Amino acid sequence: MSEVAARRHWKRPPFIQNPLLRWGLWLVLAVYLALAFGTMEIDWSRVAEGVTRGQRFLASFFPPDFTSRWDSIEEGILESLWMTITSTVVGIMLSIPVGLGAARNLSWRPVYLFCRGILAVSRTFPEIILAIFFVKLFGFGPFAGFLALSVGTIGFYGKLLAEDIEDMDPVQAEAIKSVGAGWLQWLNYAVQPQVMPRMIGLGIYRLDINFRESAVVGIVGGGGIGATLLTSFDRYEFDSAAAILLIIIGIVMAMEYSSGYIRKWVQ
Amino acid sequence: MPVQEKSGQKIWHRRTTAKQFAVWFGWLIGVAIFVYCWQLISEKTIWFFVTDAPKQAADMAERMVPPAWSYMDTLWGPVWDTINIATLGTMIAIVIAVPVAFCAARNTTPSRTFVRPVALFIIVSSRSINSLIWALMLVTLIGPGVLAGVIAIGLRSVGFCAKLLYEAIEEIDPTQVEAIVATGASRGQQLSYGIVPQILPAFAGISVFRWDINIRESTVLGLVGAGGIGLQLDASISTLAWTQVSLILLVILATVIVSEWVSAKIRHAII
Repeated sequence: MSEVAARRHWKRPPFIQNPLLRWGLWLVLAVYLALAFGTMEIDWSRVAEGVTRGQRFLASFFPPDFTSRWDSIEEGILESLWMTITSTVVGIMLSIPVGLGAARNLSWRPVYLFCRGILAVSRTFPEIILAIFFVKLFGFGPFAGFLALSVGTIGFYGKLLAEDIEDMDPVQAEAIKSVGAGWLQWLNYAVQPQVMPRMIGLGIYRLDINFRESAVVGIVGGGGIGATLLTSFDRYEFDSAAAILLIIIGIVMAMEYSSGYIRKWVQ
Repeated sequence: MPVQEKSGQKIWHRRTTAKQFAVWFGWLIGVAIFVYCWQLISEKTIWFFVTDAPKQAADMAERMVPPAWSYMDTLWGPVWDTINIATLGTMIAIVIAVPVAFCAARNTTPSRTFVRPVALFIIVSSRSINSLIWALMLVTLIGPGVLAGVIAIGLRSVGFCAKLLYEAIEEIDPTQVEAIVATGASRGQQLSYGIVPQILPAFAGISVFRWDINIRESTVLGLVGAGGIGLQLDASISTLAWTQVSLILLVILATVIVSEWVSAKIRHAII
């Protein structure tokens, strides 16, 4: 018995059972990496130059300079915050009808396909590309950024809302229907209470995302802190840029902590 | 149960009166904040441009069709670059994210008071700075090109991957780890036999999910000079070559849809 046990050696089972597939995937990966590095045009001398300069570059970020450009920083941050709040509110309001339409168990086929189409298109393009076009159409300033973020919110929130409604407990919905509720009453008393806790959490999460995105739509002219940040980079005022980045990190951190509390409080 | 008596009839309400007022008050404050913010934005908007927008949009749409299909020949390179940026960036992110995640998870961190806060700070700062801003910095540092894009995507994704991964590590089944400990395994063996097998599916899912997001993000990095199809988009917009712009948008749409399909397939196979 002990002899058998000594000869048998245990090996842990691999993650992918099929050996052909396992080795095939490694092969594909190797070929891909070779191709990718082979075709990438990297100017190594420029990189080496940058790395030696990196220390000076990093040093110029310290100490962060909050004071000398404070007026434009303050204006940019406030603009970003306004954009964040309005676009989240408008985006969520618009995404509710779209999300209801895109839930398979609520709407009929043509409406479902139409709403899914809206969601797919608004999710595909990054906010920044939307912002480029809205700046072309509506002029520079926070309005364009607001629109871009709202459209982004529709895609994100509408899709998750639709999925949440599709996953809801049909028994409760049927109970409300059986007491003779109208469609709106049914939505209000059967569907809404089931999806609400998760959707509030996601709404706060989207607020967080919108703030982070609002920091970049300014790069293409959509208002907010991004414009100030780009200017400070272009003028090599890295200490001001560092200040802006620290403020952004601080606000995101504050939002993340408070969102945890709000979510706990809601549930 | 808030039930009201009205002329002998019992009427059911969803909330008590006090609660109902609290809800209304909450709404009032919310609406006030919204209106205030909206006013400030409206002040900064030139409304003439906004009312003019539908005409402009129609005009732009007209100039965009038909897409310049012949331009596709020059687009294959940038598309390949875009995919490379996303893929290699995701790989860099994973390599950095794994140790960070193990340091950030409550049950595996070497020290809760020193190492964990540092790891959490790395996660938050990587997540709160957009990849476009990372790219902006890296282009100044190592020059324009694909490499800046790869590193930017990598740095941006570290936070995302590490956050989801450390949450997965915290949710593992401790009894399995205990079983490994009971056999006299060292710390490294505990990790490799007790924890890693439990988080491997989550790990693969997170990587593929982030890759999908990165494809989308890497399409715009070119706007600040970090390679990929964004360079062509920027150039076409600034030269007002609208037929090329529409083709680029179609290509981005197709790339994103394909990547989403691939990632959905892989995640479906894993889970």
